[in-house]
This record gives sequence, structure tokens and C-alpha cells, in this order.
Amino acid sequence: MTLILQSLIGGLLIGGVYSLVAIGLTIIYGVLKIINFAHGEFLMLAMFAAVVGNKLFGIDPYFMAIITLPLFFVLGIVIQKFLIQPAIEKGEEHIQILLTMGLAWVLQNTILFFFGPDYRTIQLPYADYTLKFLDVYVNLPKLLACGCAALATLFIHLLFRKTRFGKAIRAAAQEPWGAYLVGINVKSIYFVSFAIGICCVSVAGFLIIPFFYTAPVVGSQFTLIAFVVVVLGGLGSFAGAFICGFLVGVVEALGGVLLPGSYQELVVFSFFVLILLFRPSGLFASR
Amino acid sequence: MNDRNRKNFIILAIIVVMLALMPFFVRKDYILSVFINIFLFAYLSQSWNILGGYAGYLSLGHTVFFGIGAYTSSLLLLHLGLNPWLGMLVGAVLAGLMGLFVGFLSFRYQLRGIFFAMITLAFGVIYRVIFTNSMILGGAQGVLIPLQKPSFLTYQFGSKLSYYYVGLVMLVVILIITVLIENSKFGYNLLALKGNEGAAEALGIDTTACKMRATLLSAFLTAFAGTYYAQYLTYISPETVFNTNLSIEIVLIAIVGGMGTIFGPTLGAFLLIPVSELTRSLLGDKAMGLHVVMYGVILIVFCLLLPSGIIPSIRLSMRSRASENA
Repeated sequence: MTLILQSLIGGLLIGGVYSLVAIGLTIIYGVLKIINFAHGEFLMLAMFAAVVGNKLFGIDPYFMAIITLPLFFVLGIVIQKFLIQPAIEKGEEHIQILLTMGLAWVLQNTILFFFGPDYRTIQLPYADYTLKFLDVYVNLPKLLACGCAALATLFIHLLFRKTRFGKAIRAAAQEPWGAYLVGINVKSIYFVSFAIGICCVSVAGFLIIPFFYTAPVVGSQFTLIAFVVVVLGGLGSFAGAFICGFLVGVVEALGGVLLPGSYQELVVFSFFVLILLFRPSGLFASR
Repeated sequence: MNDRNRKNFIILAIIVVMLALMPFFVRKDYILSVFINIFLFAYLSQSWNILGGYAGYLSLGHTVFFGIGAYTSSLLLLHLGLNPWLGMLVGAVLAGLMGLFVGFLSFRYQLRGIFFAMITLAFGVIYRVIFTNSMILGGAQGVLIPLQKPSFLTYQFGSKLSYYYVGLVMLVVILIITVLIENSKFGYNLLALKGNEGAAEALGIDTTACKMRATLLSAFLTAFAGTYYAQYLTYISPETVFNTNLSIEIVLIAIVGGMGTIFGPTLGAFLLIPVSELTRSLLGDKAMGLHVVMYGVILIVFCLLLPSGIIPSIRLSMRSRASENA
């Protein structure tokens, strides 16, 4: 029983991170109507930034997150301006998919070229801090990751719901042409939305570094999990992505306890196929 | 046979004669192995083209069908001693069934575009995980194909030359199939539903049935390449046959040559495979990942500058020049 409870907590904590990654994806989809197949690669970039910062300059990953976040924002804007926007203007869906796919290849394999395929970890003094809570141990960095992810989500939620800027984003997402007519600069909204999406996923990268290995292939794994989460939650749904991130985390963790080997990965995908069979518009869609 | 078909068959005949005679002039094993790779990828990309190019359904999981083909014939040979030619047929039937299942999942709810791409991509990963974890299926180490007496019947040959000709025959067969599809009612239906599914439906085309048939055909044909690959390399593993990069490489080749054209994927393979072989042999292990970076750059450049691929662009510029002269 304790084991189940323990993995349940673990699943919820990593689920918070999945939520944040998926929210980045769903914001980009909601506003630009494209799926970023290179999404997880930005998480991988963030993790490598943390590793390099730590190994070369001894900078703490959390601090590294704060100083590099503006860089990721700028990177998002640059990619949006020179790659995504031209593809959006072409209007063909398969071009947009393949473009981000190509981007994923470039990012992942450039890192592979420079750093090699090895799995890396960094030694942090607080990596093994745990809290004991009834019978359950909670790893402090994981708790922190989940907490920060939830805070970031709250921040974006407030940004979207309570500010004029957020209102403009929602308007551009709902009806770009109409938004343009009432004087919203839709193009710059696209830039910022893509950059926000990229920031979400890169923050997630910094948050998981104390307890997750770093390797060039880690990105595609997160891209797929983010797909599962956004499809479950209904494409483009903010709340759906938030809740389903936790759900996927829990399902994965419980599957890991109950099934042998790396079938754990399979649990999430079987779940995905089942959802597609019975509710392809997502768990929370009204249809 | 109409005019269009005749023209295509003439082009096809020229290609075949040139490739069939090629080994009489160049006999180096390395060159032959590059050509075998070209044939394999051209064949895969042509099979993908039926669903991805003509019907416009971007599958990012064709490794599923490729892998089913490779594993079915290999496992049947290993455990039951079944002839690989028969195993190939069994594999193709299984791959076709899997194609129908994927199609059923997606087309029932009119899922298309992004959804279809994501579902097929996920299936590719699911298969890799299943095969990596099942010891009965060979596990992560994969399957070594038992060596037999080299002969046509055992689908194992002593020389690269035989594999060269088998690959060439496969490529020719799929090109003929593509020519026949393009000028058939089925082909027109696919083009119609690619252009506008609602309008096609309104014209009385059973779009779901057409898509199912395209998926079935595409999956069925892809599996043959799996057996060919397995017999040629005599070793398969989940990491190689269910590799997501392979799925995308198949699409990249079609994009470069021209999706939804008869010779596009073949042209793409003839352009891209030598380039990647060359970078790999020149740079070796030192440059791990570098040829994939290059592929990524090519993909991005084509998406932004030449999204319809080489053949349609040439056709367009020829047409505009003709109209200028007129």
C-alpha cells in the first residue's frame, strides 16, 4: 500500500512538470494552430544549458534558469520569425509539421554532435533531500519542480485571463482576422505566444535536472508525452492540459509499479490509444 | 492505355534499362550497396507516397509496417523455418491489418492532419517499446536471421548483385503500381479527397473507404521492404527497424522529390541517399549525428523554399515557359 501511495505521489509530482510542458505545447497550438514537433528539444536544450552552466561555471541550475530564460524567449521569437511564420503563411499543414520535425532533428543532433550520446547527471548537494510525510518520502527537488511548474502555470493563467495583453492573445487565437481588424497586432502576438510556449518547456527542463538524466534523446520522449497530454485534455485546452499532465504522471508511475521492465512507457501510450478509440476529442470535450 | 500512361511507362522503361545495365559497367561492392540502399528507400518512400502523397495523410509511423514485415518473416524463419518469401506475404498481410486498425482509429472520427501525424508517430514508438521489451520477439538485442544456402528460394544470396536486382524489381513493381493508381478512378478519388474532403464526399466518393484502401495498400507494400531489409542485412533490431528517424526520412525523401507524383520519391532517394552515404563514410564516427543535422536542414529548406518538391516545381517552370513562348 505504501508503495502504491509512494508512486502515486511521485507520479503527481512529475505530472506537474508534464503539465507545464504540455501547456507550452497547447498555447502554441491554441494560438498558432500548429503542433510543435520540436517541443521537447527545447527542454533538452535547457537541460544541457544547466549541465554546461554547472560543470563549467558551477552555477546552480535554478539560478541558471533565471538568467537563461530571456535567452529562450528570444530564441522562441527568432524561430517563430524565421521558420514558423513563413510556414504558417504557406498555409499547408503538412509543411508546418515537417518543418518543426526538421527543427527537432537539427537541435537534437547538433547537441549529439557536440556532447555525444552519453547520459549525464549533475551533482547537486540538495538532490537527495527528502521530507517524510506520514509513511511517504517526498524528494525535495521533485516537490520544488512540481510547485514551480504549478506556479508558472498559475502565472500564465493570470496573464491570459486578467491582462489586456492576455485578452489580445485569446482574441488572436479565436479569430485572427477579427483581432487584426480591431487593431491587435496578430503577428507580434504569434511571436510572443510561441516564445511563451518555448519558455514553459525550457523551465520544465531546468526543474527536472536534479533528478533526471540529461541526454540528446530526452527531448523526443517529452514531446511524445506532451502529445499524449494535450490529446487527452483536448487540443488547445489550457485546463485540460493542466489536469491531464497530472493524470499521465500518475498513470505512468502506477504502471511502473505494477508492470515489469520499461513497459512503463507503454502504459502511457496504451492509454493514448484507448482514448483515441473512445474519446478522440479528449476527456473534457463537450462532444 | 492513354497518353499519360504511355509517357510514364516510357520514362519508367528508360530508368529500368539504365539501372539494369549499370552493374555491367560498375561492379564495386560499395557502389552496389549504395544503390541497394537507394532502391530500399525509394521503395519505402513510394509506398508511403500512396497514402501520404496521393491521399494527403501524413503518416509519421511507416516504420510500424516496415518493422512488421521485417520481424514477421524473420521470426517465422527462425522459429518455424518458414520460407522468407512466404513469410514476406504473411508479414504484408499483418501489416495491412495493422494499417486498417490505424485507419479505423483515425478515419472514424475524421481525424486528419496533425492528429493523424501524431497517432502514427505514437504507434511507431509503441512498436519499438513492445519489441524492445518482449523476449519472445527478440528483445532489445534483435533477431539474427539464420544463414542458409544462398539461392533464390531462400532469399539469401552470396553476392550484392542479386540483392541489387531484387531491389530493382521491387522498385519497378511499385512504380508500375503508382502509375496505374494515378490514372485510375481510385487515384482520382484520392486526389479529390486530398483537395477537399467535404467536396469529394458531396460528389459521392466514399472517402473513408478510399482512405482505408490507401492505408491498406501502403502498409501492405511497405512490409515487403521489411523482409528485403532483413534478408539483406541478416540482422534486425527494434532500434533500427522501428526508428522514428527512419519514418521521417521516408517522408523527407518524398518531400524532396515531390509528394503525390509518380517519380518524386524515387528521385528524392537518388538525390539524398548518396549524400548521406558520402557524409557518413567521409566523416565516420567522429561526426555522430552530423548527417541527420544535414537532413534536418534540407527538410527545413525544402519546407520553406520548395514545399511541393523538385518534380512539381520543374513541371511548373516548364509550363510557364511554354506559355511564355506561345
